[in-house]
Amino acid sequence: METAITILTGLFFATSIYLMLSRHIIRILLGVAILGNAVNLTIFTNGRITREAPPIIPDHAAVPEGVIANPLPQALVLTAIVISFSFFAFLLVLVFRSYQEIGTDDTDEMREAEPRDEPAPPLGY
Amino acid sequence: MAGKTDYHVDLAQALVLKAPAAADYLVVAPLVIGFLFGAICLMSRKNTDRQPYIAIAGLVLMLAADLGLFWHVWQNGTVVMTMGRWLPPFGITFAADMLGATFALTAGIVGLAGGVYALRDVGRTGRRYGFYPFLLLMMAGVTAAFLTGDIFNLYVWFEVLLISSFGLLILGSEREQLDGATKYAFLNLIATTLFLLAVAYLYGTFGTLNMADISRKAAKMRETGPLFTIAVLFLFAFGMKAAAFPVNFWLPASYHTPRIVVSALFAGLLTKVGVYALLRVFLMLFPVERDMLAGTIAIIAGATMVLGAMGALAQNDIRRMLGYLVISGIGMMLAGLALGSETGLTGAVFYAVHSMVVMTALYFLAGIVGRRMNGFSLATAGGLYSQAPWLAGIALVLLLSVSGLPPFSGLWAKVYLVKASLDVGAWWLAFSILLTGLLTTIAVGRTFAFSFWRERQADDGEGSEAPAGTSGFVTASLVALTALTVAAGLYPEPLIQVSDRIASELLAPAGYVDTVFPPQGPQQTEVQSQQ
Repeated sequence: METAITILTGLFFATSIYLMLSRHIIRILLGVAILGNAVNLTIFTNGRITREAPPIIPDHAAVPEGVIANPLPQALVLTAIVISFSFFAFLLVLVFRSYQEIGTDDTDEMREAEPRDEPAPPLGY
Repeated sequence: MAGKTDYHVDLAQALVLKAPAAADYLVVAPLVIGFLFGAICLMSRKNTDRQPYIAIAGLVLMLAADLGLFWHVWQNGTVVMTMGRWLPPFGITFAADMLGATFALTAGIVGLAGGVYALRDVGRTGRRYGFYPFLLLMMAGVTAAFLTGDIFNLYVWFEVLLISSFGLLILGSEREQLDGATKYAFLNLIATTLFLLAVAYLYGTFGTLNMADISRKAAKMRETGPLFTIAVLFLFAFGMKAAAFPVNFWLPASYHTPRIVVSALFAGLLTKVGVYALLRVFLMLFPVERDMLAGTIAIIAGATMVLGAMGALAQNDIRRMLGYLVISGIGMMLAGLALGSETGLTGAVFYAVHSMVVMTALYFLAGIVGRRMNGFSLATAGGLYSQAPWLAGIALVLLLSVSGLPPFSGLWAKVYLVKASLDVGAWWLAFSILLTGLLTTIAVGRTFAFSFWRERQADDGEGSEAPAGTSGFVTASLVALTALTVAAGLYPEPLIQVSDRIASELLAPAGYVDTVFPPQGPQQTEVQSQQ
């Protein structure tokens, strides 16, 4: 099971890096979204994937009986999903607004903050 | 369920039974205050007249809590508090050692200065769009990042301060800002995602996320776990957050675009969180890996400081020049991390505190200069000395301080760093530090000569001799920060003592670990081995 998920995670990373290498900001955005999911899968796999019982403690016991699934990665992944989704939403709006204002989604052309023809500093009085 | 409790649970195995001392609550006080006042500011978002006072009250309280915490840690050593009273490593630990407390205190000072400066700099529109809530939440995030003892929690605080910084960065939504913010947001988000990736492997290897727990288990895992890989991932992720060469290009692309007070706070706080995380992770969790990576870190440090200073030389816009100086300063701190000796770390910590204060003050200064000159271009600058001699005095102090000339605070940090480099025979690192000092002096000296000494330029479109006078709030925050660098320069002994103690604590993390996990009797150890 771990092997299959590891290969899947690798594919996610490869896809996200390929997309992030693009000059077009919308592809970079998709790449970042997939990167977040790749990392979430990594956390999940790192918590050991076991087909065991859910982590529930029976009424009569103080500690779980037998082998149970690891609940912590799920808590971590849940936190990370919430965070990465909110960032995705923010970035989507930011990208759309900058496309509206600057009129391009090519990062090479987005030179508002660092204009190409910026003057050199004065060399003397 | 309550009726079926026919088993006995020994709470001492799972909970901290002793109530923490009242003073220990200071560990969480700064972020509680930050979130509380941030929420109040958010609720009174439309009341733009009252909101600043709420925010300033919050920032003052935060600074008071930071001061109290600093004093408490200075007197009693590392202070630990565990959420939900669960015994570590199960509860999320907050642990303030001298490093965290000092950085939190400096952040508190810088944050308050920024809040006061913003009283004039951020108008009604900015307030309505939530400047103060974002500021308080960012301060809470930064302070919590300095104080947390859990690495996943550190990731969460990184995200908290990152999303607040996005809000501050795009306040105003001008074309420049949107462009800068896009690059800033993407690259910083990728950096924190890579940090999370490193945390994932750390969890897979150790099965714990508590930093003290990892620190004490690292020695055993070194044979089998991929610790070197994890350490390199952390170096990359935090290096990107700290704007170390060659992953620093988001900083000069974005730091000059927002309002000047936002730039000032970013320059003072955000990159230093990356430096803090590097110090914490490499000295506490991966000391052996740090030794293996020392050469690499030293090359990164040298390149960052020299290229940062050269970037500053090439800029016409004062704000962009300051952005490169921030990067150059990061190189200095990384040099201390690369050296790893007590002298080197003392220098790095001293430099970090110095840089937080001075870089913020320099951006404040740039704001005043820009307002008086109707722009930030060196080509059209001039005539400020005759207009405001007092401002020229302050500018001279800050510019000398950032280039590390006596008698201001930058000098002492560099003395320590150069000495530490020469101690281990790294003459080229010492040379880079001194070369950076020279290049920085040229860059800032030129800024001073052009904007203060030179006659006012005739082609200055406005030509009117009556620019808006500098408001009292703006002056007060600038003067306060300048006074700090002068004080630390003329009487460096207290700050050197603090930095020295931080360095020795960092080099002996056992003290920190023992505070989180008090040495136990045989019974408790048995319980632990059963888990």
